[in-house]
Amino acid sequence: MHGRKTLEPFWWGLFSAGGVVAAFFVPAHVLLQGIAVPLDWIPDAPELLRLWPVRLYLFVLISLPLFHWAHRFYFTLIDIGLKPLRAPLALLCYGGAFAGTGIAAWILLRL
Amino acid sequence: MMLNRPDPSRLHPQPLPRTWWLRRRSYFLFLVREFTSLFIAAYLVLLMAGLYQLGSGHEAYSEWQGRMAEPGWILLHGVILVFAVFHSVTWFQTTSIVIELKAGGVKLPRAMFTALNVAAWLAVSAFIVILFQSR
Repeated sequence: MHGRKTLEPFWWGLFSAGGVVAAFFVPAHVLLQGIAVPLDWIPDAPELLRLWPVRLYLFVLISLPLFHWAHRFYFTLIDIGLKPLRAPLALLCYGGAFAGTGIAAWILLRL
Repeated sequence: MMLNRPDPSRLHPQPLPRTWWLRRRSYFLFLVREFTSLFIAAYLVLLMAGLYQLGSGHEAYSEWQGRMAEPGWILLHGVILVFAVFHSVTWFQTTSIVIELKAGGVKLPRAMFTALNVAAWLAVSAFIVILFQSR
């Protein structure tokens, strides 16, 4: 077999890391910020989000699962019959993850 | 290494119909699993929007919180939560296939690996909830 180098392991690594972060950390945040705080079950803690270790944590929490989404969603769209649109879909998905990462960094720096 | 591939002229490729995922329950659940990533990404966008409002000042953040307390937004978060939990469970199940767990040279059953991950996930979730409540 010819060992042609591709970027596949790079994307797969980000997909995998994002999958782990999403699996372990995302549900608790959805429950907390999306349901428990709006329903007044628990008080909001916005000052906590400004702490630097928390900002760094939020950056990882947002960025890696975005790359997980990009990889998974791209291949799902191809699986459901959008193979002819491969190039623009790849740009949309992986480009979206990069853009989201940049925006997340900017938002967290201006907190 | 040479691969023995059949002569292309003798192949009869059968294109998949676009509704292949409706043919079997397992195909449908596969697609649901793949689509969990979209709901998680939607949550991350909402999280970023909230953080942006927090960075824009007290007034903007209060307004944002008021909007997020509307039933529609809470319902959407409920739907996202269901998909996020589905992602967690299916992720641990697939990881148990990729990573073999051994103790004293004996292979442990996959279900045990999944169960350990679920336990760790619940512990992490409890820790996050406690941390955010303590402030």
